[in-house]
Amino acid sequence: MNILSKWLREYLPALDVDDRQLAEDLTLRGIAVEGVHALPDGGHLFEMDITTNRVDAMNHYGIAREAATIYGVPLLQLEDRRVVHAELGNVDVPAADAAASGYPVRIDAPEFCGRFTAQVVRGVTVTASEGLIAERFAQLGQKPISNAVDVTNANWLAMGHPTHVFDLDTLEGSIVVRRAHAGEKIKLLDGSEKTLTTDDLVVADEKKALGLAGVMGGWDSRVTETTKNILVEAAWFDQAAIRASSRRHGLHTDASHRFERGADLGACALANRLVTHGVIAACGGEAVGAMTDVVIPEAELRTTKRPHVLLSVDQVQRLLGTTIAAGESGHLVPPDLIEQYLQALGCHLRPSSEPGSYAVTLPSWRLDLEREIDLIEEVARVYGYNRFADTLPSFSGGVAALPNAAKEDTVRSVLRSLGWTEAISSTFCSEEDAAFFAAPGETAVPMGNPLSAEAGMLRPSLLPGAAGMLLLNSTRDVRAVRLFEYGTVFTGSTASVVERPSLTLAAYGDAAATKTIAASDALFFELKGAVEEVISHFVTAPVTFRGDALPQWIEAGRGARVVAGDTTLGWLGELTIAERERRKLKETVVLCELQLPALFAHALKQPLALEPSRFQAVERDFSFLFADTVTWANVDAALRGLGIAEMISLAPVEIFRDAKGKAVPQGEYSLLLRTVFQSQEHTLREEEITAWQESVVGALLNLGGKHRAA
Amino acid sequence: MTDTIASLSAYDDASLDQAFRGLTDEVRGAAAQLSTAETQENFRLDWLGRKQGRLKLLSESWLKTAPPEAKKSLGMRFNALKNEIEAALAVEPAGTKSTGPSIDLSLPGIRRNIGLEHPLTRTMREMTAVFAALGYSVGVGPEVESDFYNFEALNFPPNHPARDTQDTLVVADQDTKPLRERLLMRTHTSPVQIRSMIESAPPLRIVIPGKVHRNDESDATHSPIFHQVEGLCVDTNITFSDLKGTLDYAMKAFFGSSVKTRFFPSFFPFTEPSADVQISCPFCGQKGCRKCKYSGWIELLGCGMVDPAVFAAVDARRIENGLEPAYDTKKISGFAFGMGVERIAMMKYGVGDIGQFYSGDLRFLSQFV
Repeated sequence: MNILSKWLREYLPALDVDDRQLAEDLTLRGIAVEGVHALPDGGHLFEMDITTNRVDAMNHYGIAREAATIYGVPLLQLEDRRVVHAELGNVDVPAADAAASGYPVRIDAPEFCGRFTAQVVRGVTVTASEGLIAERFAQLGQKPISNAVDVTNANWLAMGHPTHVFDLDTLEGSIVVRRAHAGEKIKLLDGSEKTLTTDDLVVADEKKALGLAGVMGGWDSRVTETTKNILVEAAWFDQAAIRASSRRHGLHTDASHRFERGADLGACALANRLVTHGVIAACGGEAVGAMTDVVIPEAELRTTKRPHVLLSVDQVQRLLGTTIAAGESGHLVPPDLIEQYLQALGCHLRPSSEPGSYAVTLPSWRLDLEREIDLIEEVARVYGYNRFADTLPSFSGGVAALPNAAKEDTVRSVLRSLGWTEAISSTFCSEEDAAFFAAPGETAVPMGNPLSAEAGMLRPSLLPGAAGMLLLNSTRDVRAVRLFEYGTVFTGSTASVVERPSLTLAAYGDAAATKTIAASDALFFELKGAVEEVISHFVTAPVTFRGDALPQWIEAGRGARVVAGDTTLGWLGELTIAERERRKLKETVVLCELQLPALFAHALKQPLALEPSRFQAVERDFSFLFADTVTWANVDAALRGLGIAEMISLAPVEIFRDAKGKAVPQGEYSLLLRTVFQSQEHTLREEEITAWQESVVGALLNLGGKHRAA
Repeated sequence: MTDTIASLSAYDDASLDQAFRGLTDEVRGAAAQLSTAETQENFRLDWLGRKQGRLKLLSESWLKTAPPEAKKSLGMRFNALKNEIEAALAVEPAGTKSTGPSIDLSLPGIRRNIGLEHPLTRTMREMTAVFAALGYSVGVGPEVESDFYNFEALNFPPNHPARDTQDTLVVADQDTKPLRERLLMRTHTSPVQIRSMIESAPPLRIVIPGKVHRNDESDATHSPIFHQVEGLCVDTNITFSDLKGTLDYAMKAFFGSSVKTRFFPSFFPFTEPSADVQISCPFCGQKGCRKCKYSGWIELLGCGMVDPAVFAAVDARRIENGLEPAYDTKKISGFAFGMGVERIAMMKYGVGDIGQFYSGDLRFLSQFV
């Protein structure tokens, strides 16, 4: 919205600050001037950005009232003869004969229309505007229509109350403000034709709807160049009714904007008088008969006759705190300023029966003011937020960490130190991805208004996002990727959504073979290592990686279920080749999802230091041939089953298969196994070591191993 | 080099001294000549060689044949000589390299990849830490919320436009439920304030980092998914000046001590008085830059005093839950504030497109070391 500083100053003869200072002071008090543009006439155009709750300030007089309040200068009344109203043309207009009867008006929908004023003006000449109105419209970028209509718009710019002019000669009988008939049709000023419902409010005559009340006037009753006689309307309509009507018909007009945020019921008569005077000044003619003014008492109770509000000075000071100005009240906002500000804003204050309190009558143009706190806010606002001190409240409580904060930190820092970078992906996924990646037995929840077809579901798993991020990196030629995401997943139903934290790992590229792991398996084992490392920080039952009951996204034989005791902690493995091809992923990719609630059910390990042995450690290697059916788990279990407490380490050092079957027969592999023995109590004796070596060899032979040279 | 070892004739100290003095002189003389690795190795073999080393020979010819009473004094001198030899060998000969050819110091070091924290996680962590130092505990809550927590208890009137599906992402099939039970993606982290107050009586200080969603079109600075950090402080007699002081302190802690704050009236349904907070541009020191749009100020926070209607809604729910009401507005007051994490991270790290935060593009993420 645009405002002319010269226009503002017409209401503020005593204002002595320049336009830029005025703009800044208004902005600091919540009447934001976003831009100040110099005009040839020496004034400025203010570009305003006013919050929707301050609809009363979206016009010149409203902003002038703010300035009068800030500077403590007098504000002229709108009817004051000294005011150079553009719409009045500064001419004297004879008042209508108050004793004569006015145009008949009936309000049939008092729940929607609280007040309706009407004034007949006869003998007008409708043409283009000239003079001050034309000049100011040009400066403000307001589109001129005709002198009569421009008067209503100028009045709206001046005081913010929407009004309307009808071609009186198109009216058939009384004005009737009523709900529309179902299916009733009306052609509006913009030329559009609307079909109305019984929740729409129309201004009608005895025969037909004339306009969509509070939104837009009708085509057939509009003022044209041939119009001779005019009916001026200034009314008040219910916020909710106008909001619904405006939305229903997709019509957002200046009038609907004001009415749906709350217009001033008390200003209808004044607005009508000002517009009537303006029409006569601009178009000639004369007011005939009295102004009709129909008021609904229930609407008055919600606007002009609201109950007073109790305001306690103590509560103002208790809530706002210390100011930077030392005063009689000792760094608190003093009562005389409270009174001054609120009165300038249009409140009436009288001492209440409660000591230190006022009974405050609220201005009818400030429907946003309803409660004590609203008045306290006004005091703070006008006083100036930046004139309050910066104080810190004292605090005696403690700071509590979230129950899983340490676990979450551990997971994140372990993964980062292993080279996995954190990513964040969309909260939503496609229905297809949700079905493919959801954990076994879980369902995804659909969105009611999805952002797109590909985002129709709340993600039941982090894997769709992970797969998407891998593809993005792959198409951008990133050679190797190690990403993890820690985020919320959603399952259940639209009746009840279940949220839980989840962890995904996603990788491709750059995994090198080791002496025990073939190049083709290296990526999986790097992932497995990361998962093992994460889990190793928790006190869990022994963790195993099982090939059964795998989700469908894992390629057969290329993934595992992570199990601690009897609990599944998650899944990891290579994405199926079919899915990779469907997604056009070039590389083999591995994914993992861990069910964090299952992991977080376990405590973090507490470090416990053991005295390192002072005695020598002895390494012994064993080389065996095994059938492929013998797994490392078999070997590990067999050797641990020997119960040699001094065997402190047991690890495969080299695994070798020969595709040609020469060095190692096909279907078998050679395993170089390293054991380390050490005692906490003594230096190991040769005969002890020899005995253990024999046990190890025996156990390996029992597994069907063939002993090679050590 | 001496091929033969003279036999000892006497074992008195003087004779022994004389015999060893000669040897010591010989060692020292040879040691002084050790200029290369090769001469050093020859010296070592000459004296300490396992089979033909002179020390070995001395040991065999002198030590073994010595009478028992002389062995101790002989052994002492023998050890002294050995120490002398070893000391000479411990000195690295000038101009020699002990470990092969010199290294190319300019080759890149062997570096293991480390993973990096997401810039949004990092920003939230840093912001949270500032408030933790002021006594704030971290609070979290669900991302799918009910209308009650996201809107109603926060004093949004029933027909407030924020509830519209044009603004808010909603879960499917909610129309048959009562308004307050309808499920939606939380549009701010403020519901956690409500949940915290319903659960705990004051004093309360919480800082709430989290993910939120709105039905916004994506562009370079808007995303339907974004993050907020909010805070809530409730106690007896918390004032607007406390709000100002707290945020001024926090902004200085986060952006640097020279940063100034200024407060403008604003409007939020859940706070009153409400304010927008600008900080003096920490990037250009108010000289004017793109980040502050050459104004010297950056708008960063929304805040305000907790609206009494919010306290009333909290107490009503506390009573429903069988708890005592605890938020009497005659005694209790509080403030709340919130800020957008993406906006801060974008400014701080010079990110031009908000979408990069959610792309998982490693080329983007690997910059945040």
